[in-house]
Amino acid sequence: MYSQKKCIAMLLAGGQGSRLYALTTKVAKPAVSFGAKYRIIDFTLSNCVNSNIDTVGVLTQYQPLVLNEYIGNGQPWDLDRTFGGVHILPPYQAKNGSEWYKGTANAIYQNLSFIENYDPEHVLILSGDHIYKMDYNMMLNEHIKNDADCTIAVLEVPLTEASRFGIMNTDDMGRITEFEEKPAHPKSNLASMGIYIFKKDKLFKYLIADNADPTSQNDFGKNIIPKMLNSGCKMQAYPFKGYWKDVGTIQSLWEANQDLIGDNPSFDIYNPFWKIYSRNIGIEPQYIAKDAIITNSLITDGAKIEGTIINSVIGSSVEVKKGAVVKDSVIFANTIIGSGSIIEYSIIDENVIIDKNVHIGHAKDTNSSIAVIGRGVHIFDDVVIKAGANIEEDVKKKGKEE
Amino acid sequence: MKALAIIFSNIHNETIDELTRKRTTASIPFGGRYRLIDFALSNLVNAEVVNVGILAQNNYQSLMDHLGSGKDWDLSRKNGGLVIFPPTTNYKSDTLYSSRLAALISIKGFIESQMEELVVLSDCDSVNLIDFNDVFDQHLATNADITILYRRGKCEKDLEQHMNFTIDKNKRITSAQLKSKPNEITNSCINVFVINRRLLQGLLEEAITQGMESFHRDLIFNNIKSLKIYGYDYDGVYLHINSMENYFKNNMKLLQEETRNQLFGDKNHRIYTKVRDSAPTRYGFSAKVENSFIADGCEIEGTVINSILFRGVKVGRGTVIKNSIIMQDTITGDNVKLNYVITDKNVTIRSRNNLSGCEKIPYYLNKNTMI
Repeated sequence: MYSQKKCIAMLLAGGQGSRLYALTTKVAKPAVSFGAKYRIIDFTLSNCVNSNIDTVGVLTQYQPLVLNEYIGNGQPWDLDRTFGGVHILPPYQAKNGSEWYKGTANAIYQNLSFIENYDPEHVLILSGDHIYKMDYNMMLNEHIKNDADCTIAVLEVPLTEASRFGIMNTDDMGRITEFEEKPAHPKSNLASMGIYIFKKDKLFKYLIADNADPTSQNDFGKNIIPKMLNSGCKMQAYPFKGYWKDVGTIQSLWEANQDLIGDNPSFDIYNPFWKIYSRNIGIEPQYIAKDAIITNSLITDGAKIEGTIINSVIGSSVEVKKGAVVKDSVIFANTIIGSGSIIEYSIIDENVIIDKNVHIGHAKDTNSSIAVIGRGVHIFDDVVIKAGANIEEDVKKKGKEE
Repeated sequence: MKALAIIFSNIHNETIDELTRKRTTASIPFGGRYRLIDFALSNLVNAEVVNVGILAQNNYQSLMDHLGSGKDWDLSRKNGGLVIFPPTTNYKSDTLYSSRLAALISIKGFIESQMEELVVLSDCDSVNLIDFNDVFDQHLATNADITILYRRGKCEKDLEQHMNFTIDKNKRITSAQLKSKPNEITNSCINVFVINRRLLQGLLEEAITQGMESFHRDLIFNNIKSLKIYGYDYDGVYLHINSMENYFKNNMKLLQEETRNQLFGDKNHRIYTKVRDSAPTRYGFSAKVENSFIADGCEIEGTVINSILFRGVKVGRGTVIKNSIIMQDTITGDNVKLNYVITDKNVTIRSRNNLSGCEKIPYYLNKNTMI
């Protein structure tokens, strides 16, 4: 336990997530709420601890305060370890100056000495904005068995969508022969999931070389992987089967939340042997009042429901008052929805106050888009907010507004 | 740090036999996700009492499992924190201690080695929100040797066996009776005491040399005149769990907004419990839920009315659960009908069963029963 670590994880959590608009104005993407009681990063952290990876460096940069406080000492994920555990790694000032993380590869480069501390044989690189359950240990075993310099987890995607991803072309032994970032005419449908395991020595070598190259964008997908491939490193693809979702957009975040409900949810979070851990504070159970109507929804602790909830995901301590209707929506923690208000096809962030008889969004159909209300916003009585709106400031009634 | 606390975990093991067959009073499940001891521990932690000893006499496996290192109550500390005292044999013979006093004597060494000035002695047979800082303030202001918490009011059946006091206008207890008559207006002891630690040490020494047996009779009742014993009127929420009838009635009180607000309304006074990392509760297309208090981790396809569901309960299609308390990990099949039923942990009820009790005598199903 106190000797060398076999594999440690570095979790990239510094991205701004600008395509989540109002949801990420004040928090980093990995700290955005998901599935009623989780934050996006919970899934990756839980995967780590469920895969017996007990040392995780979390690289933060953009709006880290909520994320830092949330992760704390890592106790909720059982990552408060004597040797190892979870560590927040922000950019820092060094003797020869200081700089922001310029790219994913640069972020790891600046923390090589953190990795060196544990002297691992392998380093697992993860990103904190995906929803999935994966046993990294099995991937590591494959990586070791293949004696690969780098193993990249890949997912089969429909060929029509393949041009949105980094596509791996492999030989019949699973060895990567070619890597194309967002190709117009993809030759295979194996998309990179942004999960890499490197031999530590190779990783160090290429990161140091990459840092010395002024033309590089210091990015794993754009620079490190192509360079290793070109110089003949042994690169393996590790095929992953199961649910995986990049929640980088409002639409995909909404879809991933919907994947938790339905008759047979496509993403199962009820497996007692693969728990998803999250920071819990002492909140009482939810109370469903007499006149409440609830169908096909996910609701968590502290919620008080007097209204109607249909096809929705409701976060902790949310109050839905009498006569309010929440349909096809995702409501984050501590939000209050006043009586008579109607929320359709929307995502409402934490600590939002919605007064009486407000109408947000439009019934879900092929043309409508999702309305988003940002953290802490107050929507006053009788306001109407259109489908697809992105609200970051309080809205008072002045006829129709968005 | 002003005070340490000692909690008695086995109190009503006889009067609430069904629920304590395999557990202590302290670990009786309550209110969807709690155990009774959570309320006592949360009150203490919220008053910054972070040195807590728990006296366990029997059946304390479930209690130890629940408490773990105490970190869920923020009681995993270098200084103080949580300590569980398993039983030692009686100081005179080879039998297990059988009284509150003997239990205290068994941890006399612990009490002597602590630094705090005050000791809280508390049962955990009730759900309450005692503000211990306020109790300490009164204790110090009156310069009391012992402060005893009481409830003033018509003595209900559940407090009949409790001591009661007459109290003068300065809150000093002037006389005491060991039992109360029902329906009289009394000041009933709720078995929470604050006592100066050095005095407690002395009283325990005396108890050993004189072979005393009863905490209430020998230490309190007989010292009413010689010690400065004061009463503290606790008039907040008090849900006493000392019989099955009370257990059912008081759980059901959580369906009233008033009780929920009293217990959970103050966000600065959280009630902590063991974290189980349950997923949120999922309601299916055919779910119908009315006036119910539901913990996380449930999967509901059927109908739930006027009921309390603990964590991880599964309600099958066409199943109707009414007026019931369904404990952790109970699974019901399809088209089951339950009315006035209490299921203990891990009960499985196969499809098409129909079980019914009544309000006074709810139908109780043992832990791990399968029907």
